[in-house]
Amino acid sequence: MVIVPLRLCVRRPGRVNPRGPEEGLLMTITVPSELEIVEQTVDIVARYCLACGLSVRAVRFNLRVALSEALANAIVYGNRLDPGKRVHVTLRRHGEGVAVSVQDQGSGFDPRCIPDPRHPDYLERSEGRGLLLIKELVDHLAFNEKGNSVCMTLRRA
Amino acid sequence: MTFTVSTAPNGVTIVSVDGQLIVANRNELKDKVLKALEAGESKFVLDFLSTEYIDSSGLGVLVSVSKKIREAGGELRLAGLNEDLRMLFELTKLDTLFKICDKADEAVQSF
Repeated sequence: MVIVPLRLCVRRPGRVNPRGPEEGLLMTITVPSELEIVEQTVDIVARYCLACGLSVRAVRFNLRVALSEALANAIVYGNRLDPGKRVHVTLRRHGEGVAVSVQDQGSGFDPRCIPDPRHPDYLERSEGRGLLLIKELVDHLAFNEKGNSVCMTLRRA
Repeated sequence: MTFTVSTAPNGVTIVSVDGQLIVANRNELKDKVLKALEAGESKFVLDFLSTEYIDSSGLGVLVSVSKKIREAGGELRLAGLNEDLRMLFELTKLDTLFKICDKADEAVQSF
């Protein structure tokens, strides 16, 4: 286990080489409910995604935006900035690319109940675009039943 | 991250965003624009030439200040968006809500 400054707890099982062909768990990160730590978390995951063979473009833009939004949602709406709660990030390698999961300790939500912010009635709302950006920028998106965990898959080019 | 406010010779207020416009600093930008609006300024250009990233809450604050400016009878232009940032506006259809110019000079002269 490696402890990274700023209270991020990064665990790397070490059984899967991101540059190799194996599939499986690459890394877990435990993140405190602080928005200031989002960028550092994204940087760590981005380095591993590059090592897994994702394109620079997919990592620099798609992953960065989607993961930043997912983390901000988890911290603000899921954990409600509660310092006693954590967000758990998991990075897995599989045949087509990588899957990044973000799970908070909140009560969850139903993503089907989030209105499309592109609709004219909602276009001038100041919030509600994070989920749309995630949907648009990852190759596959899934939620757990409770709605407090999102799994984003990005494929290798 | 810094927000720099300047005034063009034709009276347009230019706010340059250096770095990122994200949930952690979005209210700072909002405060600067609203302060200028309250001081009587009405024409604004937000220059993103040195901006690497805008998150969804940053987009939201742009929508919010745009409404405030419009309600006060003013106008807002955006400028200097790189390819990635333009894509965020297109994905969210906010490119239909804002007047977007390639460069700040062009935006200033468009008033």
